[in-house]
Amino acid sequence: MERLGRYIRPYVLYILFTMAIKLLGSGLELLIPFFMEKILDDVVPTGEKPMIFAFGGLMLLCAGGCLAANVVANRMSAVSSGKITRKLRYDLFEKLESLSAAQMDRLTVPSAESRLTSDTYNINQLLARVQRLGVRAPILLLGGVFMMLGMDAVLALVLVMLLPLIGVIVYIVTKKSVPLYKEEQTVLDRVVRVLQENITGVRVIKALSKTEYEKSRFNDVNEELTAIDRKAGLITAATNPSTSLVLNLGLTLVVLIGAFRVNAGSTKSGVIITFLTYFVMILNAMLGITRIFVMWSKGEASAHRVADVLELGKDLQPEPEAEPSSEADPPHVEFRHVTFSYTGVGENISDLSFSLRRGESLGILGGTGSGKSTVISLLMRFYDPQQGEILIDGKNVRSYPAAELREKFGAAFQNDFVMEGTIAENIRFFRDIPDDELSRAARDAQAEEFIRNRKEGMDYPVAVRGNNLSGGQKQRLLISRALASDPEILVLDDSSSALDYRTDAELRKALKRNYGRTTTVLIAQRISSIRSCTKILVLSDGKTIGFGTHDELMRSCEEYRLIADSQMGEGKGAV
Amino acid sequence: MPKQEPISANLKITGSSDDASKQGFSTGNRSKGKLLLRLWQYLGKNRLLLALALILSVSSSLLALYGPKLSGQAINAIDLGAGKVDFVTVYRCCILMAAFYVASAALTYLLNAVMIRLSKRVSKQMRHDIFENLASLPVSFFDRFQTGNIISVVTYDVDTVNQSMSSDLLQILQSVVTVTVSFIMMLTIAPKLVVIFLFTVPATFVFTSWLANRVRPMFRRRSSKLGELNGFVEEMISGQRTIRAYGREEAVLERFDEKNKIAVDAYTEAEANGTITGPSVMFINNISLTLVCVFGALLFLKGGSAAEYTAGAGFAAWWAAFFNRRLLLGDLSSFVQYSRKFSGPINEVANIIAELQSAFAAAERVFSLIDAEPEKPDSPDAVELTDVKGRVELKNVDFSYVPEHPIIKNFSMVAEPGSLTAIVGPTGAGKTTVINLLMRFYDVDGGSVTVDGKDIRGLTRDSLRRAYTMVLQDTWLFHGTIFENIAYGKPDATMEEVVRAAKAAKIHSYISRLPEGYNTVLSDNGTSISKGQKQLLTIARAMLLDANMLILDEATSNVDTRTEQQIQAAMRELMKGKTCFVIAHRLSTIQSANMILVMRGGEVVEQGTHESLMASGGFYKQLYEAQFEEG
Repeated sequence: MERLGRYIRPYVLYILFTMAIKLLGSGLELLIPFFMEKILDDVVPTGEKPMIFAFGGLMLLCAGGCLAANVVANRMSAVSSGKITRKLRYDLFEKLESLSAAQMDRLTVPSAESRLTSDTYNINQLLARVQRLGVRAPILLLGGVFMMLGMDAVLALVLVMLLPLIGVIVYIVTKKSVPLYKEEQTVLDRVVRVLQENITGVRVIKALSKTEYEKSRFNDVNEELTAIDRKAGLITAATNPSTSLVLNLGLTLVVLIGAFRVNAGSTKSGVIITFLTYFVMILNAMLGITRIFVMWSKGEASAHRVADVLELGKDLQPEPEAEPSSEADPPHVEFRHVTFSYTGVGENISDLSFSLRRGESLGILGGTGSGKSTVISLLMRFYDPQQGEILIDGKNVRSYPAAELREKFGAAFQNDFVMEGTIAENIRFFRDIPDDELSRAARDAQAEEFIRNRKEGMDYPVAVRGNNLSGGQKQRLLISRALASDPEILVLDDSSSALDYRTDAELRKALKRNYGRTTTVLIAQRISSIRSCTKILVLSDGKTIGFGTHDELMRSCEEYRLIADSQMGEGKGAV
Repeated sequence: MPKQEPISANLKITGSSDDASKQGFSTGNRSKGKLLLRLWQYLGKNRLLLALALILSVSSSLLALYGPKLSGQAINAIDLGAGKVDFVTVYRCCILMAAFYVASAALTYLLNAVMIRLSKRVSKQMRHDIFENLASLPVSFFDRFQTGNIISVVTYDVDTVNQSMSSDLLQILQSVVTVTVSFIMMLTIAPKLVVIFLFTVPATFVFTSWLANRVRPMFRRRSSKLGELNGFVEEMISGQRTIRAYGREEAVLERFDEKNKIAVDAYTEAEANGTITGPSVMFINNISLTLVCVFGALLFLKGGSAAEYTAGAGFAAWWAAFFNRRLLLGDLSSFVQYSRKFSGPINEVANIIAELQSAFAAAERVFSLIDAEPEKPDSPDAVELTDVKGRVELKNVDFSYVPEHPIIKNFSMVAEPGSLTAIVGPTGAGKTTVINLLMRFYDVDGGSVTVDGKDIRGLTRDSLRRAYTMVLQDTWLFHGTIFENIAYGKPDATMEEVVRAAKAAKIHSYISRLPEGYNTVLSDNGTSISKGQKQLLTIARAMLLDANMLILDEATSNVDTRTEQQIQAAMRELMKGKTCFVIAHRLSTIQSANMILVMRGGEVVEQGTHESLMASGGFYKQLYEAQFEEG
């Protein structure tokens, strides 16, 4: 929790005020048994009825004050914990958005999601409950002990001696259960994974008749989860009975010792009655405190998970350029001897160089895993290369502020992101783009037809992950998005693979016709998609094995010619 | 353990916007009685444990309740004054108290243990039942519902139901015992003072139920807003890369903050109002305590003015004597303790009601998954499909996903054993529909599909599906080693077989370059494995199967042409002698097909061989020529 201190600090005064009110309420609550003792021991023997009513009235006043203070303090605790959580979530979301691709790869998307949702929720709950119980329980405990000490020190000491024992019980239980709860979380992750795989792979599983196998796989993890759940539960369940037992035995001891003291005339029997009332109060306070401990360990784990993300360093910050380019007319996009590796082992891109003038287009072709998409990730500075430099308008991409750099691009990736919302919202994508621009982009991306076929048109609601669109429709939507801002550099990563040849050809025509000033980087499987590019780069295992125009490559690059032959020629039987 | 509230309490219905998607998985209105009955059925399976819990709960409460009575007796014995304390009684009472408390603690722990066992068993059963039903649900179900929603039912909702069931049930049980016993005890001690509770108890009930009614919609709103926020987060985090690519972080953050604010406000409102209950009920309890104390003191002062009861004077006289019995100080002490115990459970009522609300909502979602209509079971006289020759015939088939929108009308075709049928058409033309019908992921509305002359509805689904090998465009790999993934369809495959398949699929050299080779564990966030490599792995998986019919749905769409060319030989081997159904974009590859189905707008518009279709000069010819046009 300390690591999130700066979120709590602005509210420290407010929280202290809340706690002061809570303190007041708890103090009043403590006075009630005190007045009761007065009635039973001091007033009753005198037989003064008005005094009984007077003390009764005081008890009622305390009860009323206690109500008001608790209601107000509880409300305040909800307000402050809500505000803290909001700020925390805001910063966490902002941070997650700013993580570099490499950082996100390490964190993983599901983990990022659960930190933002369930972990902030746990922290919120902890903050609110600690404020509500954190004062009341210890105060009732301390106050109860204090009041009892004032009434009869010897009897009170009986109780005080028991408290460390309860501390030991709580310590042991927490120490044993916390690791179990952590383990439970990882088993739960496995349950979720099996479910996820079964849902996404339903067709394959059914086709291979593996349903029974999957059932047994799920039964295994289910069994595991149940076992650990039970184990953790059985340990935690010991807390309440053992705490109660210790206190109740103490109470018996008080009665016994009290009997001797009353007999000796050193205490009054009313004191014992009041002690019993305080005992119940203290017992409840103890149970409350143990609950806080369990909550704390859970909230603490979440706080660490959140702080881990918040404290991540900023990757990929703009760096001042060493020496501004002196070139008179630099190329629009240039790679100079770029070498990059995702993991540091092996090279995903080796010594890549090329340059493009404004309005030129680059087609990238290459085998599966040859590094085509990596080129784009480097160009858009999702990663920084280990060697070499990437320049846009003669300036190293590292020297651009992120916003300025990204503004230049319109991009559609493999498996790109379609969100819940209307078609228009998906194309606009939070940018400030007028409607007619959206329509223009959709028309150029060949998306107009399928949009017009829906009665809602541009307002057609797209389901989560675009589930109600076909693969080709999604791709055209993504291309519309890339085109909508009329970008300087257009990046299309295999984003027409689900389009049939005809639509693909129309798309290429539209791009040529309307985006003459746009520099295009295009990844494709089909030669027909890239053969008209100004330059074509052929990659194999991250190395350049061919670079030039279609005609040049047909002459000079064996690989390219093979691919071209297989696609344009007589290839039969391939699928 | 504090109760964990469900984090994503609401299930957003997603999928297509048509009404059909709103069935099956909604939080629709089930009657509460039915829900309780269903829950009871789960508990009822563990009758022995339940009976044990009941006995333990009643006896531990009784033991704990006898404590104040004993301490009261002890105080009466002490109250005789200095030097006159009746130590025999005090000793007896103290020993009994200690014994009772030990027994009560032991019983409570046992009870907790039994309830934990019970509830974990029920959770396990529920998760098991959900999964069993998920496994039997038709493919269409998963086409309609968001994965995250289904998962949250299994994780959060099952938990919510059971945490609430185990603790609330116990609490209700114990409360009933405590309230009844305390009430009887109080009656036996000082019937006059009990009159006070005739006012305070109803006051508590009226107040808490009023408050619960007021607060319930706030809590519902809180959960649904939190759910919306979580949904937004899930979506935007998964699109993080795109958001960065467009530099839209600010705009998205703004959107997030709106939703965040709404969620936090809903939380604050619910919490601020919900937390009134505790202090208020405490207030009413304190009033009872004050009244008990004041009137008790007055009664005590009044002393033994009570009428004496003489045997045989009738019930009224007995009652009068009992009612006006003299009150001792120890009695007053016991009474005060009982009154606290008496109002304690009532204290909990409001909380329990709130928790039951969320448990009911969760139970609804759990049961709607368990009850979701499964795939129609195989007909009882369904036979195994054996010795497949591979003659597939579609006769006068009608089919639609949505009744008012027919997709296939009166369509017929025959695929002879060993033949190649190609399905072509523009994007979104409904090519996969045919596959859905062949594999019986969906049933035809009219006409029939037969394999070797047998209607597939008369065959067991397992044997039908086993007769096909299928490679889909959407590659599916699970968390496991590469070996396990390739051998998935043939569990007894040896390493040699797997390597041979991987070699044929041209993925062997990639695998052997990995540090762990075939034992590399594939995880969902592996950035190192591309879409194309995934597809090659699924092709290797298919190579291990020896079904007589083959379905290839854009099986190599993500594989580059160079690799595709290299695996051609293997693919040809895979296809040899099998009845093949192929969906393809690259028309050059299917010219040799025995039959080409041309689909457009969800309908089969042309069918024939390449030559006949080219000759007829229809849509196919346009498609074919388009791919050779210059861009």
